[in-house]
Parts: sequence; C-alpha cells; structure tokens
Amino acid sequence: MTSYALFGALEQGFAYGLMVLGVYLTFRVLDFPDLTVDGSLPLGASVAAVVVTSGHSPVLAILLAGGAGFLAGAITGILNTKFKILHLLASILTMISLYSINLRIMGRPNMSLLGKDTVVDWFQAFSGLPSYVSTPILFAVICSVAVAALIWFLHTEKGFAFLATGDNKQMITSQGVNTDVVIIFGVGLSNALVAMSGALVAQNQGSADVNMGVGTIVAGLASVIVGETVFGDKTISRAFIAALLGSVLYRVAIALALGLKLGSFSFTPSDLNLITALLVIFALVMPRMKRRLLGGVR
Amino acid sequence: MISITNVTKAFNLGSVNEVRALNGVDLEVKDGDFITIIGSNGAGKSTFLNAIAGTFPLDSGRIVLEDQDVTKWPEYKRAALIGRVFQDPLLGTCAGATIEQNLAMAMKRGQRRTLGIGIRARDRAFFKEKLAVLGLGLEERLKTSTGLLSGGQRQALTMLMATLVRPRLLLLDEHTAALDPKTGSMILELTEELVRSQNLTALMVTHNMNQAITLGNRLIMFHRGRIVLDIAGEEKRNLKVDDLLRRFSELRGDEGVSDRMLLC
Repeated sequence: MTSYALFGALEQGFAYGLMVLGVYLTFRVLDFPDLTVDGSLPLGASVAAVVVTSGHSPVLAILLAGGAGFLAGAITGILNTKFKILHLLASILTMISLYSINLRIMGRPNMSLLGKDTVVDWFQAFSGLPSYVSTPILFAVICSVAVAALIWFLHTEKGFAFLATGDNKQMITSQGVNTDVVIIFGVGLSNALVAMSGALVAQNQGSADVNMGVGTIVAGLASVIVGETVFGDKTISRAFIAALLGSVLYRVAIALALGLKLGSFSFTPSDLNLITALLVIFALVMPRMKRRLLGGVR
Repeated sequence: MISITNVTKAFNLGSVNEVRALNGVDLEVKDGDFITIIGSNGAGKSTFLNAIAGTFPLDSGRIVLEDQDVTKWPEYKRAALIGRVFQDPLLGTCAGATIEQNLAMAMKRGQRRTLGIGIRARDRAFFKEKLAVLGLGLEERLKTSTGLLSGGQRQALTMLMATLVRPRLLLLDEHTAALDPKTGSMILELTEELVRSQNLTALMVTHNMNQAITLGNRLIMFHRGRIVLDIAGEEKRNLKVDDLLRRFSELRGDEGVSDRMLLC
C-alpha cells in the first residue's frame, strides 16, 4: 500500500467518521437499528451542495445538513414511538422517502461542487499543507470534537437517561423519563451526525449524488464492529473512540483489499459491498471462534 | 392519601382471550398505610399495581394521588410520585450502567434532568452512605457494572433506588418471589426498615401468606378482578394463616376446583 493510498484511506475514514458515530449512537447506545442513514447521508450531501452552489458558506452548509438530518431521524423516531411502527420498518420508510426528497432538493440526480468554496479548500489554504495531508487532519479534528461532545453528553444527567433507554426502558420510565422523547431526539441526533458526514463527503469529493448513500449502514456497522473488536468497548468513552478508529481501520482494510492482486485476479470497487459484508461476518464470528478455541470459558 | 374509584380494565376485549383483569376496584389508602395484597394467580393483583403505576390506560375509573387526578397521566409522569420494585430483579436496574450511575438516575426521579454532570463528588459520598445501610459492601463498588451483581444485590439496589427520593407511594410487586429464601428475607427486612424510617405509604403484592399477615397494617385479597377481603387494625393483628387459607378455599369452592385438586 502506498502512503498516498494510506492518506486516502485516513481521509475517507474520518470523512465517514461522523456517520459511524451516529450509527454507534443508534445501534449500540439506543439499541435502535436505524436504516435512515442510507437516506440521511445523501440528504446531508444534497443540502450542502445546494447551499454551497448558491454561494453561501460551506460551514453553513454543514450546519444546515445537520439540521435536515436531525429532522429525518426525528421522523423515524416519531413513526416508531408515536405510531408504533417497528423500528426497522420505520427507518426504511424514511430512507425511501428521502430518495425522492433528495431529488427535489437538488432538482436533479447529482450536483457538482467544482470551483466552489469548500471547507476542504479553506483549510488547505489556511494550513499551507498539501491537500492529501490537510484534508485528513481537518476531518480528524471535526470528528474529535464530535467524539468529545458525545462523551461529555453521555456523562450528563440527560446522557444517563439516553444510556438507560437503550438498556432498560422499564427502569428509566419508572425513574420518570419519557423514553419516546429520548428516542426521537436520539435518532435525530444520530442522523444529524450522518448528514453532516454526507456534507463533508460531498465537499471533499466535489459532488453530491442521490445514490451515494447505498450501503452506508453496512459500512457504518462494519466500522463499529471492527472498532469494538480491535479497540474494545469497556466504557462509553472508549467505545466512541473505538468506533471512530474503526471507521479509519475499515477504510484502510478496504484500500488494502482493493490493492490486492492474486495472479491475474484483482478486486474492483464494485466488489466493495461483498468485501464489506464478509468483513462484518468475520468480525461477528471472530469473538465466537476465539471463545471456542479458548475452551468453554465464558 | 390515595383514592382509587371503580377501576376497570379488560384485555383482548371481544375476543376469545378476553380477560376482565380489574372489575370495578375501589380502594382508599391513608398516608402511612402499608397494605399487603394477596390472591390467586390471575386475580388481578399485578394488574392493579400496574394500573396505579400507569402502565396502561384504564377502561374506566379514577385514580387520585395526593389530591391530583393522575388517571390520564402517562407512566413516566406518575413516576414522580411512585417508587416501584418488580418481581424480576433485572427490571429495576440498568445492567450496562454502574451502581453509581443507577443511583444518580434514581436521584433525579420526578425532577428535570439537565446537561450538568451526572455524578458529582458529593453525590458519591451520599451514595456510599446509603449503600452502607444495605450491608452488602456495595459502597466499595460504586463503579462496578450493575450487570455483574447477583439478583439479591440488584433487588436491594432497586429498593434503595425506589426510595432514594421519598416516593408518595411505594409499589412492591412480589419483589422477593424470584430470590432464594435467605436473600428474600433480607430484602423483606430492608423493606420494613425503609418503610418505617421514611414513614412510607406502600402496597405489596405477595404469595406468601405469612408475609401478608406479619407485614403491614392492612391486608386485602383479590379475586377475579375484585377486592373480596379487606382487613385492618386489630383484626389483622389477630389473623392466622389458617383463616386466610379457609377464605381462599371458600372462594375457590364456587369454581369447583381447589388447589388440592389441581395439585393431585
């Protein structure tokens, strides 16, 4: 693997880092399997693309993307808690609607940001570093701020109610917490992160596309599992850091797989979904295998 | 002061599985009353406690807690007035959270939760003091995950959490039934101690006649979703297990099936 490919993988890992944090928040903290993310990632990209091409600040673009993502997630939460639709189905319904909504937002299937001001350009000009170094640094800083904010939040009184909602709904209801509100806000927050990730990705690759969200949830889950397996999740702080590093590790693994050559055979980007699925299966099976090899100890 | 008027609740109404769980229940509870509740399986005891806690909406009737009509209040809102301990020791605590986190959550029952830090140094001192009363050594394990505790330890912690903020009403639903006899009696002693020291108003469902007689100042018996027996004061103090068993079999008599027949 060339150092250029490594920097590329770091850049991707941190660009999708916010998305992975969002997936961790729903899947692990709230115990809410949320597929809205496949729609909210391109939602964030679409909003950011429209805001940037209309000449507004790329930072404003990221914030507005976050707001739109929050609304999308909140709708999934409302469908689940108020209308009692199964969480998976509720999130699929929102995801599907977002496909149409994203087309409405951009007015076409994809949008180019070439020649427009983006946070990536700003930071490169500010730092004076070559873009393949400055961009991963910028995204890493943004992700670190998000991780710190999430860790702080989950140590507050409200944060405890969040943790408990995903763990034992009866217990926290008996302690006076309306778990419906927690779920609506939590899934909203998660999708706000995912949409902001979409805004970063769009500004980085210079375009937004309605189909860019396909497989987001699988990549997010793969990153979460890789992070947990490699770095552990003993405390909530460690788990969030592990999820972010898992995102980076996942992109490095993908880059390695794409660079692999076996005789005349080599992987192409179209094999990505298969590789990801295999990676998730491997990560899920490994702890079980390890336990079996170590004997019946549990 | 709690007044429950003509409360009814049916499940699966209109289907073959229709169950009239509560069939017009009236009960007046005075402050400081400690009422034990007995009755056979399916008599409506647990449904009654859940109706008070607000787990489901009532079909009809009214529940007034401390001069406030809470009939339409959702469960989480009633939690401000009510402390609960469940039969399942795993239900009352959060397994993934530490002992101190669980206590911190319980300390905020009925209050607004803020973005302030969840556990402060002075909270820890307070938790240690409270946990020491249990005599289980939990005061040295504040940062232990609750999931690592035994059922008895978790139930003791739940008792503490339910009373950390003094509840206007404490609901105990067979809270010693899932524990071994020794742990069960420890939890029972703790219950008596907490109820006495805080002068709590409590309702306790139990299948143990002995417990029902020795604990509390009043005893009620449920049968087919109704209160069929209500004994208090002097009469309760003189009550014997045999008297209760006789009452039970009288009720069973009209069904033509006795416990003895079922056991044969």
